[in-house]
Amino acid sequence: MRSDRILLAHGSGGTMMRELIEEIIVPDFADDALKRLDDAASLPFPAGRLAFSTDTYVVNPIFFPGGDIGRLAVCGTVNDVATSGATPLYISVGFVLEEGFLVEDLRAILLSMRDAAREAGVHIVTGDTKVVEKGHGDGIFINTAGVGSLPEGLDLSGSYCRPGDKVLVSGTLGDHGIAIVSTREGLEFETSIETDAAPLNALIANVLAAAPGTRGFRDPTRGGISSTLNEFAVASGVAITIEETSVPVKDQVRGASEMLGYDVFQVANEGKMVAVVPAEQAEAALAAMKASPYGADAAIIGECAEGPAGKVYVHTAFGATRIMDMLVGEQLPRIC
Amino acid sequence: MCLAIPARVVTIEENHMASVDIMGVTRRISLDLVPESVEGDFVLVHAGFALQIVDEEFANETLEMLKTLPFFAEEEGLNVLEEA
Amino acid sequence: MDLSAFRDPAIARGLIDAIEATKTGPVKLMEVCGTHTVSIAKNGLRAVMPERVTLLSGPGCPVCVTANADIDTAIELARRPEVIVTSFGDMMKVPGSYSSLAREKADGRDVRIVYSPLDALALAEKNPDREVVFVAVGFETTAPLIASAIMRAAESGLENFSVFCAHKTVPAALEALANDPEVQISGFILPGHVSTIIGSQPYEYLAEEYHIPGVITGFEPVDVLQGIYMLLKQLEEGRSEIEIAYHRGVLPEGNAHAREMVEKVFEPVDADWRGIGVIPGTGLKIRDEYAHYDAVVRMPVTLPEPKEIKGCQCGDVLRGVILPFDCKLFGKGCTPEHPIGPCMVSSEGSCAAYYRYTDYGRA
Repeated sequence: MRSDRILLAHGSGGTMMRELIEEIIVPDFADDALKRLDDAASLPFPAGRLAFSTDTYVVNPIFFPGGDIGRLAVCGTVNDVATSGATPLYISVGFVLEEGFLVEDLRAILLSMRDAAREAGVHIVTGDTKVVEKGHGDGIFINTAGVGSLPEGLDLSGSYCRPGDKVLVSGTLGDHGIAIVSTREGLEFETSIETDAAPLNALIANVLAAAPGTRGFRDPTRGGISSTLNEFAVASGVAITIEETSVPVKDQVRGASEMLGYDVFQVANEGKMVAVVPAEQAEAALAAMKASPYGADAAIIGECAEGPAGKVYVHTAFGATRIMDMLVGEQLPRIC
Repeated sequence: MCLAIPARVVTIEENHMASVDIMGVTRRISLDLVPESVEGDFVLVHAGFALQIVDEEFANETLEMLKTLPFFAEEEGLNVLEEA
Repeated sequence: MDLSAFRDPAIARGLIDAIEATKTGPVKLMEVCGTHTVSIAKNGLRAVMPERVTLLSGPGCPVCVTANADIDTAIELARRPEVIVTSFGDMMKVPGSYSSLAREKADGRDVRIVYSPLDALALAEKNPDREVVFVAVGFETTAPLIASAIMRAAESGLENFSVFCAHKTVPAALEALANDPEVQISGFILPGHVSTIIGSQPYEYLAEEYHIPGVITGFEPVDVLQGIYMLLKQLEEGRSEIEIAYHRGVLPEGNAHAREMVEKVFEPVDADWRGIGVIPGTGLKIRDEYAHYDAVVRMPVTLPEPKEIKGCQCGDVLRGVILPFDCKLFGKGCTPEHPIGPCMVSSEGSCAAYYRYTDYGRA
């Protein structure tokens, strides 16, 4: 591969594309199923049901403290599949590259994806690459789709929450959003906060083993935990109240949020899980989270009640109760 | 009005700038409005500028005064409000 | 310094009980600071007030009171291809007569959010072939910052930086509210950080001429309760004074150095407060000596005819005549997702605060 930048020809289906795939993509991903380069990967799959999820990643900047778009793309889809209780098995990848994108950056992203896949125990088995003209794509967009095998009888959903259930979170909130914002021009500040992007399939499996009555999982990505909790409350027809003092938040994330006027509950996370668990299994679920990778800071943060249905409340540190509202539009730093 | 938060002055830099710390987050801000600030001071930071030095003595005085209010409840962690 | 005590529930309870024990009312206390609006809503403070105490929100959100024509001006500047418009985040979504800065950005204009006017200066230095305009909206807390940015630009001979100044000042506006026959204000919860700059003296006329007490108040829940308590004590005892509750952040003399900077760069002019009208002497204009840094002197714009939105009652909300949920459009047609007026779209607008933190207006 002679060019140090992606050219239109690399997406054309011709020899240059073959070069890109054979010399860069396949070796970097290093997966046997991929090496055959067939249009469809034929794979062994356990009998039973399938869980299937897809997501597209357009994060900007593509490299940020602690991670990059590649890691996000793999972990995000692994986690989405895992929230159903399924064991994630296979991932597909679709790239849209902008003409002029540095091959070196692509390699870094591919290696990141490979490492994330290995960590999660999944295989990247098929993919596609397109190249668009300069100015028509923001460097790189990545779509990943994932399939996993869902054990018989397992039925998790955000609509199954019941009054009395406890709400758990697997770790500190707001890390990813603050890590991203700290790089944005005009808002720069120094922090050691890194993205929390991580595969949580092992954590979910542990929680299910310890607390088989778990109602559902969801990862609080865009819109933060407030979107997730509002979705659960509405889908289940319950009220959810969170104890502000129980919510784990790193000091620096708190400081940055205060400085920018952000509500930490609305800041995105990429390596966290919210779980709703029947009260009698909550301690077991918590212990399982804490013993799992990326779950050390897990906490029980609130509970469900009968009503008012569909509402989420925060019982504040100061002692008042207020609504936890969902993010509207884009989060803007507030100063005035 | 206007969001301003207390931050600790860590290093004074040239051109009336300083590096401040807000719970572990560092940012460069301007001391144009409070040129007499020194390292270790707490300042109110608004949109990249220090507005004023926060007076620790006054803060403590206020707290002491509030605690002497006739109705001040000694028990910690009381649920002050039953409902919103 | 650990200031978390100003969120301490035990101290808050003491203040709430003390407020309960006061024997005055019915009274209407008005805050005139967007950050107070949010703090009161977020902390559920209205719910713990005795019935005789009504907390009103006044025109304390500088973004909400920015005239349509000013937003239209910022938009016209953004439409010039050489211009990068920089703005605080809050201004982005506020509707002007026909558009908003966010809309212009979506249409491809170069509009960027900055946290500080210093960031706008840095942008100008990095982009010598572009004209960087900073949209300056805010009260006395922010004006010294813009004065400093202009002075720094002058000192370094920066040729491509200018400010579109839509600053307003608070004390004289309070007089308009005190004179308003539709709202009888018993006392003012005075803005903490504006007062950090101006001190307590500019409010004295309220107490002396109008016999309306005012307490300069901070923003943590304990601070706000303390301010309310001190106002109620004054009313109970028949006093009308300007007091400082926010002792740790406000000196009676304010920040003289900051005021000198403002006086150097700006002069007072009349200002048009959206929903209220023109209040004499409450605006700031860049002085002739610094006209070089005045965006509208540098790049005069022709404005389309300003247009108010039909049915929008932001003006009445801003004056405290009605509460947000009394507006016919609140929650129906005007929501944070689809805002009609500035009170709903600004993060510190009364309507947004009510909508976000309380159950009002939800189906």
